[in-house]
Amino acid sequence: MVVQKLVSQTMMALNGDEAVAWAVKQSNVDVVAAYPITPQTIIVERISEFVHNGEVDMEFIRVESEHSALSASWGAALAGARAFTATAANGLALMWEILYITASTRTPVVMAVVNRALSAPINIHNDHSDSMGARDSGWIQIYSEDAQEAYDNTIMAFRIAEEAMLPVMVTLDGFTISHTLQNVSVLPDEVVSNFVGIRKIPRIKLPHIYGEKEIPLMLNPKYPISFGPLDLFDYYFEHKVQQNEAMKASIPIIEKVHREFAEISGRSYEPVHMIPYKTEDADVVLLGLSSTMSVVRKVVDELRSEGKKVGAIRLRVFRPFPADMIRKELSKISTVGILDRSLSFGAEGGPVFMEVRSALYSSSSKPTVYDYVYGLGGRDLPPKLIKKAFNELLEAREEPEKPVIKYLGVRE
Amino acid sequence: MSTPMVGWKDLPMAAVPFLSAREYPTGEWAVFQPKIDESKCVKCGLCWMYCPDSVYRWDGEGVPVPDLDHCKGCGICATECPTKAIEMVRI
Repeated sequence: MVVQKLVSQTMMALNGDEAVAWAVKQSNVDVVAAYPITPQTIIVERISEFVHNGEVDMEFIRVESEHSALSASWGAALAGARAFTATAANGLALMWEILYITASTRTPVVMAVVNRALSAPINIHNDHSDSMGARDSGWIQIYSEDAQEAYDNTIMAFRIAEEAMLPVMVTLDGFTISHTLQNVSVLPDEVVSNFVGIRKIPRIKLPHIYGEKEIPLMLNPKYPISFGPLDLFDYYFEHKVQQNEAMKASIPIIEKVHREFAEISGRSYEPVHMIPYKTEDADVVLLGLSSTMSVVRKVVDELRSEGKKVGAIRLRVFRPFPADMIRKELSKISTVGILDRSLSFGAEGGPVFMEVRSALYSSSSKPTVYDYVYGLGGRDLPPKLIKKAFNELLEAREEPEKPVIKYLGVRE
Repeated sequence: MSTPMVGWKDLPMAAVPFLSAREYPTGEWAVFQPKIDESKCVKCGLCWMYCPDSVYRWDGEGVPVPDLDHCKGCGICATECPTKAIEMVRI
């Protein structure tokens, strides 16, 4: 890792929400439009404090719903501003149609999603059903493990969004990260400000309207254009394929931004899309997202001391899905367990499971994949249950068993 | 559409219009269209102001002229016209 540009940082006691608010404060954001919803509220509370104390030059729009929050952010971003918003659970569900609109009009909005269970019944605690539901909307999704990573990811998200011309969702686990105080290394304001820079507007050609002249891709009275007008069976399909290609093209952009960030902060998240832990000689592996994986790594260490060859993989970027990397990493392992913190009702397992298993279908050595659904609505996943899963996987390695979908921590 | 169809690689990104809105004849589905009696028109401009599709243009005499390629036949202009100079006729 290159460290010569490393700058000195301040250690602050922040919870995950505050860490995101600090990242937004330092990232030259022009517009924040947000509606409070637990467990995201602290983010917008802090940002509104920064704005009203005059600590930051930013427009804070108080809207009447999440639908308007994302609409306003989208509009601001189309007008050339760097826009941010934050939400959780039912708020994200209310943003649904604008999620798609933001992505298809290639608007680089950054949104913090503080993962929370979806109603009904009402539950304010953490699981991934909200952001997993939004996985097909065309947003890049990065899952954070702790408050530090939530801070780092938010800063990087602005660069990724603007270079890939796609909106980015930075997620952090509700309460587990959002409300838990941690030591967070905060970069100096001007370092972050230089890193993200001022938003650049790409230029496009619209030959039928403006001839060969390149015009800025934004709402501009000098060169009026409308975004997202009628597009039926003549061009809709082409636009969607274009969007899918943009998602694939964002994979190297995400890596590049992470490398550059590691140079100034010293915090490297290599290999960026997924982080393996003790998988080189592992017999079985548990793959999952977010804060759970720090506990899983502890359990891996304990089981390793007992002589059991186990490993863990934390998936950081779920969209675009790093299928090639997953295939490469898991092809040498015979039995894999997936930790899914959401359900896809009526499907053959949770969303992470389905994607991983379908990625492995084209690999020559097809590992047996088991799905462990856990922690819905904030249900605890203690180390003993993770150990149970590992032990089951080790047994299943000798003798594969059915069914492939299991629940961890549910009462029978 | 007379323009040749392009593939996704040549299409401008971000779902901005490929053609100008003027090139989409959105009035094709209209059942009724406005007919203006110039003798009754007082050139107040309310039809121009209320038209949701910006169909009305001004001719040299100051009488509004509808662009029937983009008129969907909603009849708002006829309802708003204070002198009843606009009549919606079936086409």
